[in-house]
Amino acid sequence: MATQVLMPALSPTMEEGKLAKWLIKEGDVVKSGMVIAEIETDKATMEVEAVDEGRIGAILVPAGTEKVKVNTPIATILVDGETASTAAAAMAPKPAANGHAAPPVAMPMAPAPMPMPAVHTAPATPDWAPGTEMITQTMREALRDAMAEEMRRDADVLLMGEEVAQYQGAYKVSQNLLAEFGDKRVIDTPITEQGFAGIGVGAALAGLKPIVEFMTWNFGMQAIDQIINSAAKTLYMSGGQMGCAIVFRGPNGAAARVGAQHSQCYSSWYAHVPGLKVVCPSNPADAKGLMKAAIRDPNPVLVLENEMLYGMSGEVPKSADFVLPIGKARIARAGHHVTIVSFARGMMYALDAAKTLAAEGIEAEVIDLRSLRPIDWDCIIGSIKKTNRLVTVEEAWPTCSVGSEICAQAAIQAFDYLDAPPAKVSGADVPMPYAANLERLALPTAAQVVAAAKGVCYG
Amino acid sequence: MSAGDTTRGFTPGVTFPEYVPPVPPSSMHAAWQPSSASLAPGANNMPIPAFTRDEEMTAYKEMLLIRRFEEKAGQLYGMGFIGGFCHLYIGQEAVVVGLQMAGKKGDQVITTYRDHGHMLACGMDPKGVMAELTGRRGGYSRGKGGSMHMFSRDKQFFGGHGIVGASVPLGAGLAFANKYRGNDHVSFCYFGDGAVNQGQVYETFNMAELWKLPVIFVIENNRYAMGTSIERASATTNLSQRGLSFAIPGEQVDGMDVRAVNAAGDRVVKWVRAGNGPYILEMLTYRYRGHSMSDPAKYRTREEVDKVREERDPIERSRVRIMENRLASEDELKAIDKDIREVVNASAEFAQNDPEPDVAELYTDVLL
Repeated sequence: MATQVLMPALSPTMEEGKLAKWLIKEGDVVKSGMVIAEIETDKATMEVEAVDEGRIGAILVPAGTEKVKVNTPIATILVDGETASTAAAAMAPKPAANGHAAPPVAMPMAPAPMPMPAVHTAPATPDWAPGTEMITQTMREALRDAMAEEMRRDADVLLMGEEVAQYQGAYKVSQNLLAEFGDKRVIDTPITEQGFAGIGVGAALAGLKPIVEFMTWNFGMQAIDQIINSAAKTLYMSGGQMGCAIVFRGPNGAAARVGAQHSQCYSSWYAHVPGLKVVCPSNPADAKGLMKAAIRDPNPVLVLENEMLYGMSGEVPKSADFVLPIGKARIARAGHHVTIVSFARGMMYALDAAKTLAAEGIEAEVIDLRSLRPIDWDCIIGSIKKTNRLVTVEEAWPTCSVGSEICAQAAIQAFDYLDAPPAKVSGADVPMPYAANLERLALPTAAQVVAAAKGVCYG
Repeated sequence: MSAGDTTRGFTPGVTFPEYVPPVPPSSMHAAWQPSSASLAPGANNMPIPAFTRDEEMTAYKEMLLIRRFEEKAGQLYGMGFIGGFCHLYIGQEAVVVGLQMAGKKGDQVITTYRDHGHMLACGMDPKGVMAELTGRRGGYSRGKGGSMHMFSRDKQFFGGHGIVGASVPLGAGLAFANKYRGNDHVSFCYFGDGAVNQGQVYETFNMAELWKLPVIFVIENNRYAMGTSIERASATTNLSQRGLSFAIPGEQVDGMDVRAVNAAGDRVVKWVRAGNGPYILEMLTYRYRGHSMSDPAKYRTREEVDKVREERDPIERSRVRIMENRLASEDELKAIDKDIREVVNASAEFAQNDPEPDVAELYTDVLL
């Protein structure tokens, strides 16, 4: 029986890619492990190897095809004696005895695709002047451009971390920076987070402006002592003498199917710490504006990015002077029935839910926090005073979370305005499971946000 | 088994090749392998270059200032003017004084929490240091740092750090900045025999050598990490060899002789400043007082402390040399002592009478 070659998923988050090039043609004999094609994703170009030996029966997807979904058959490999036509007949779905089609064969390397919005909802209140030229780019590109622009602007800015230089970034955020800025300013480090975070802080105390990338914030936990005890506290302990202009950045929160040690949201951990600033962009424009603000800020700033959002495309102002203020939230959608407060990837659930709610006559005001420290209490409390109802949305664990603090402040600062107890939508209070079904259950959904909003609206 | 034997824990009879520093700046100390627990004079049997009169007198005054300052700090602690932890440097004065004489203006200094001596040796004002110990507004950190957390950008003193080991990557980061800027400054990164077992020290050694950072790792081996003797905490006790697997050269130095410290410092600073990468100086030293003021020091005998104090005291050795070589008269030394006592008393006076920080200071200096 012929073997189908399927469009492979080349990363935990890949959903589709471009079939760039075939390196074989129909009729060629291939062996297992032979490179037969090249595939391009938004991160990289990867080689596809034959999974079996035999003769190439048919090339099903021509070279140059864009947006080929993961698991689409792209070629067939025939075993001895088969022809392309007999193979095609053998592989057609067979009617089962009861008349239903046979269940699909389990495909190798088939992760549960995670939803990925093509474009983000335009903000209700844009942060750029009307008529500003816009470009469409991914969040990954926006972050890279932000760093490149600031490195051009200030020779004291440098990037260090694991795989940031020659490998072009583990998640390709630092693509092409080595070529432009050289290895003096784009520095590959050994896998020693505590050590290089400390070296970064020392360099910042001496007046440089390092950007320290953690491959993910999970690994940044190795360096948390340097972030808190050295970076955050030294200005205070020195009576204002020792500023520390440093950016710690990397993907935060749940990725896809990587299990508990690689899926954790550190939002409340760092939002807790005086002496730090913490930003968490939810879309490409914010990613660029907040990253540039973080680099220009004279304090330690943490940029909590999100791997699941790196591929998100959106409109970004084409201006090297586009900088967003740290500490200001954005009203992503105006409304008057209920306030939904979220950040980072939680914004996807919040905005999805707002759409559903609008169809049922509930106009939600959706606030994108953008910054977790300082947090824009005026915006949050002002909105609660208008809508009298509050729902918080986050992927983090529920205990002592950012949502917890918002609910507490709503009770403290706006008790008399609340018409219902606030509701909190969070990740499940468990280490992230690996199994696809359990993982889905551990993360919030738009449906949960809708239910929570209705709960606070109708009691 | 002798203390300091680096084969401890291995099968008796198995010998290991003697450590040879990979690229020593000079051969002078290469053959010197004293036991780290031995502080016997002349353990290295090497000539120590004599000081000039100026050097001898400067070192004497600097060490005496630290000694008298620390004695006064101990008194103020006993009187309740200084709170929390207070780690005195008494006994170790030769280390920082000898090395500061080897550096130049613009070189950075960073250390852990036994930091008062380093600040004075960097030229920080004793009044500002003492007022920080008492938590007053005239302190270097406006009273918000305390004994363990003081800084002076003006004097390039980068603290004063309370987390054991955490200042080591910071010191390498200061050196990174020097290299990035292409200047010829070096960073003096001090830490103790306790910190040397922390993981991040080795992460730092690796990157410092990999990137050839101009940093001098000064291990002040005073033989006790709080109450744990080096033999009870370290599988190998010749700490100068701890950079061996990263190809960082190192040597042990008699840290109770300011001339030996300065001589090693002169050679090593020159070598590191020339772009050869990091170097480890293990200073064999001793603290006379407890780990902190609240330490009853039951982990060592009174006799051990007295013996070092009587036979090895860096200030007394300096004084004897001055007298023997007729560099100063008895009266001149008395006058120096008197001057230093006046400076220290003035600092104590200031530190007791300076007001506490304004309450508005609570919320300042959190962010720039």
